[in-house]
Amino acid sequence: MEKTVQKYLGKIEAQGLAHRDDVVLFARDADVYCNRTLREDERELHAVLETMNVSSLLFARPAEPYWTILEQIALRDETVPAEGRIVPRDAETRTFLHDIPVLEHFWAADIAAALSRRKTAIIRGRGIVTFGSMTPEQSYIMLSSTCFTAFVKYFSDALHRFREAVVDEEDLAAFRRIWRASKPFFPGGEILQFHTGTANDDDMVLAMIAEVGRAVVDHHLVDSFFGNISYATDDCIYISQTGSSLDELHGCIDKVPFDGTSSAGITASSELSAHKNIYRATGLNAILHGHPKFAVIMSMDCERKNCDRELCYKACPEQRSVHGIPIVSGEIGTGATALMHTAPEALRKDRGVIVYGHGVFTAGRNDFRQAFAELQRVERTCVAAYREEVEKASGGRI
Amino acid sequence: MSGYTFRSIHVDLSSRTIEAVSTSEQLREEYLGGRGFGVSLLSDFMSLSYDNPEMPIVFATGPLVGTASPTSGRMSVVSRSPLTGTIFDCSVGGRFGTMLKRAGYDYIRITGISERLVVLEIDGDAVTVRDAGSLAMKPVSAVAQEYSSDWSTAVIGPAGERQVRYASIIADGHYAAGRGGLGAVMGAKRLKAIAVRGDDPVQVADAGTLKSAGDAVMRLLRSSQAVFGEFGLSEFGTAALVDVIHARRMEPTENFRKTVFAGSGAYSGYAMKTRYRTQKTGCSGCPVLCKKIGAAREVIPEYETVSHFGALNSNSDLASIIEANRLCNDLGMDTITAAATIACSAELQGRTIPPDEMLQLLREIADRRSGRANELAEGSLRYAAAQGRPDLSMSVKGLELPAYDPRGAYGTALAYATSNRGGCHLRAYPISHEILRRPVSTDRFSFAGKARIIKIAEDLNAVVDSLTACKFVFFAVSLEEYAKVLSAVTGRHHDMQSLFRIGERIWNAERRMNRANGFSAADDDLPPRFFTDRGTSGGFVEIRPIDRTEFLHARANYYRIRGYAAELAESHCEQ
Ligand code: SF4
Ligand SMILES: [Zn+2]
Repeated sequence: MEKTVQKYLGKIEAQGLAHRDDVVLFARDADVYCNRTLREDERELHAVLETMNVSSLLFARPAEPYWTILEQIALRDETVPAEGRIVPRDAETRTFLHDIPVLEHFWAADIAAALSRRKTAIIRGRGIVTFGSMTPEQSYIMLSSTCFTAFVKYFSDALHRFREAVVDEEDLAAFRRIWRASKPFFPGGEILQFHTGTANDDDMVLAMIAEVGRAVVDHHLVDSFFGNISYATDDCIYISQTGSSLDELHGCIDKVPFDGTSSAGITASSELSAHKNIYRATGLNAILHGHPKFAVIMSMDCERKNCDRELCYKACPEQRSVHGIPIVSGEIGTGATALMHTAPEALRKDRGVIVYGHGVFTAGRNDFRQAFAELQRVERTCVAAYREEVEKASGGRI
Repeated sequence: MSGYTFRSIHVDLSSRTIEAVSTSEQLREEYLGGRGFGVSLLSDFMSLSYDNPEMPIVFATGPLVGTASPTSGRMSVVSRSPLTGTIFDCSVGGRFGTMLKRAGYDYIRITGISERLVVLEIDGDAVTVRDAGSLAMKPVSAVAQEYSSDWSTAVIGPAGERQVRYASIIADGHYAAGRGGLGAVMGAKRLKAIAVRGDDPVQVADAGTLKSAGDAVMRLLRSSQAVFGEFGLSEFGTAALVDVIHARRMEPTENFRKTVFAGSGAYSGYAMKTRYRTQKTGCSGCPVLCKKIGAAREVIPEYETVSHFGALNSNSDLASIIEANRLCNDLGMDTITAAATIACSAELQGRTIPPDEMLQLLREIADRRSGRANELAEGSLRYAAAQGRPDLSMSVKGLELPAYDPRGAYGTALAYATSNRGGCHLRAYPISHEILRRPVSTDRFSFAGKARIIKIAEDLNAVVDSLTACKFVFFAVSLEEYAKVLSAVTGRHHDMQSLFRIGERIWNAERRMNRANGFSAADDDLPPRFFTDRGTSGGFVEIRPIDRTEFLHARANYYRIRGYAAELAESHCEQ
């Protein structure tokens, strides 16, 4: 238990989500393990754990920029006073989190009630509380997802507020603070030294995938849990497994024959069909799928009026783009309106495509250099585009 | 409150009395429906033998049945198992539950023993017990044909009438209430079939909220590789698992002497789909449709069935596997136990049983024709014990293990042992996280954390079986989404933890009944083979014997978490 807890504390810190001293992580089998003694004002967590049929519980005071982001959301989002929750529109929240309760007090009964309804909750002025029904990893994933979702929501809403000209000085100061603290997450343009050339045996393919997986995480192009990677040879596709951490792909890559003769790929990433369709459409053979934050934010930035906003993510009728990078709509997984039908088409012409509210697919040939560079470029472009939009909307006040 | 009809039926076959009763509030509040109803309704009778006239058999729906909730077409059949002696519930699909609910009833409780063979017919308000002498020893298909397509039927075959200890009840021709022999309970009551029809809609509290809660479920299902992915259940049925269980080297082969079978490609999901040009079908109200029917109406078997008539019996002849499944359905017998009992006898005889002989044996077992068939009709444990080798029965509490070798997944090992109905993969369904990586992946070769995980999953599945919903969708969703669905149906507030409390109550009630019948920690154990023999290693995967000390430690942890002091004390003695 202790080893597992320490591992996830390490990940939380490496990802910039929170300092490990600001995290309380419980894991239990018959005995309970907690990473540190609780402070006086955290004692309620014992009572929460008592009442819940769960394996793990996590409370974190997030690091910047997330701390200020949560403050700002709680302060400015009208669904918080009205409904005690926020309802972000990105694909991850829509599919997996649904909505996020926002609590006023650090009270055991309130926390337990919120976590009986949803997998994660925000406590105003305190932080984020999540649980794992089975393992501490789930608590960590939920923390990471909550931060991601809050980040995307904050920047999306901020742009909207600038345009509506409802930004006061305080708001502006907070924005500047958050922007500054977010800079470490912006992708650089460095060229990484990857394996190069065509991979010709199992071991080499697996090594290449594992290597690029770590790079995608290290460069904040995905929170470690989501996203997926594949590489195609003549007759099969090697793809990261569903729910695998891209920085820990050893032993988590499925080899799936193209002809469909084996269903061992039942454990493959839920975007397997999208990857396959991309290979068919493009003839390329290396694909990265990440969730870089500003690509997600910019994909949802649309000023068109008279659209049913509930349909954008799966059935946008427009041909949209950010500085020439195409944006398509499409749901996770399978189904008539899934991204497996839209993203491959877009990649016939371009090397990168953004899926509305979700993330980015990039593809290349032989090795991952091209796909990785494209993923960085897409996110850099989107950071720049966001900045331009805000400057325009704020009349240069940023 | 909605979601229930608030009305149920008590039938006494001895006196042929039929009584409409109200579905009690306590039952609804504390036991939810389905399995929970059955467990509660049996609690005063559990010390009776399965064929005692007072022993009830309960057919119970849950609050979601008959509504627009995804996968709401299932129900539970509950009684005491002739095979294991434990309380025993079976979740069964098809449309029997939906019809029962539409006929206006939450559950049927049947007691008594009829003098002659009868059928129970429920046609809305008209409920009758009718003589059925002409159906004696008729196969399931022949009985089902007696009713037009607006009826749903639950039928026993010859195996049920002859009280084969693993006789099934077959709903709508091929949906089995299987495993524990509840078909023999019906047989003991001389109840050949129940037929039901009805068309009253089931009331829900808030159709709009139910729609959006259902949409959230659907989004998750579509995002799940295991459910709607191109290799998932919707495409291939549970036979999708053949290749992955083979690749993980945990495919029970030759009565669990090996863990890899070279011939399993012959009956993989892909092989069956292409050879039989299958189409999708399934339980009413289900968007997944995991059942498969061939172009010539062949019923495509489940994973467990193909693997046990296949690998467990060293058989790669697909046609014989399809036929074995058809025979078991038509004769009304559980496929897993039938195949495992034959594999056990093969090991005892030191040979493999060829396909033709296997099919012939199935026919003979169903009517207990020959001396040997009569012995095999008792299940592998009684059979092997009679031969002086109880250790060769690959069972827990007398229920034969399904097609996941516990040496390849330790949570599965623990869950087999602690299961209240014997060696079953469905009580805690650890395959979900140990193999399919949902909701999160766990290390299949470790017991760390597994005691708590199994406990939680047992509670969860007790809820799922009481809602009633389908376990397969829980590869993708959780109680979070289903609490919303249930709240929309009933109009009462439910959340994850309130449902978990119900699940725990049901589980503990089952445990109490088993304890009263003499079950103890000694029964929460695996056959000795798994602690001494290696499986088939290879391809960088080693299948070692399970470390007994670690197993006992995890089991003791489980007892501690559950608060089972008696079992804990007993297991300390063993350790
Ligand atoms: S997934 Fe299969 S078993 Fe479950 S309800 Fe649907 S058809 Fe029935
Ligand atoms: Zn994604």
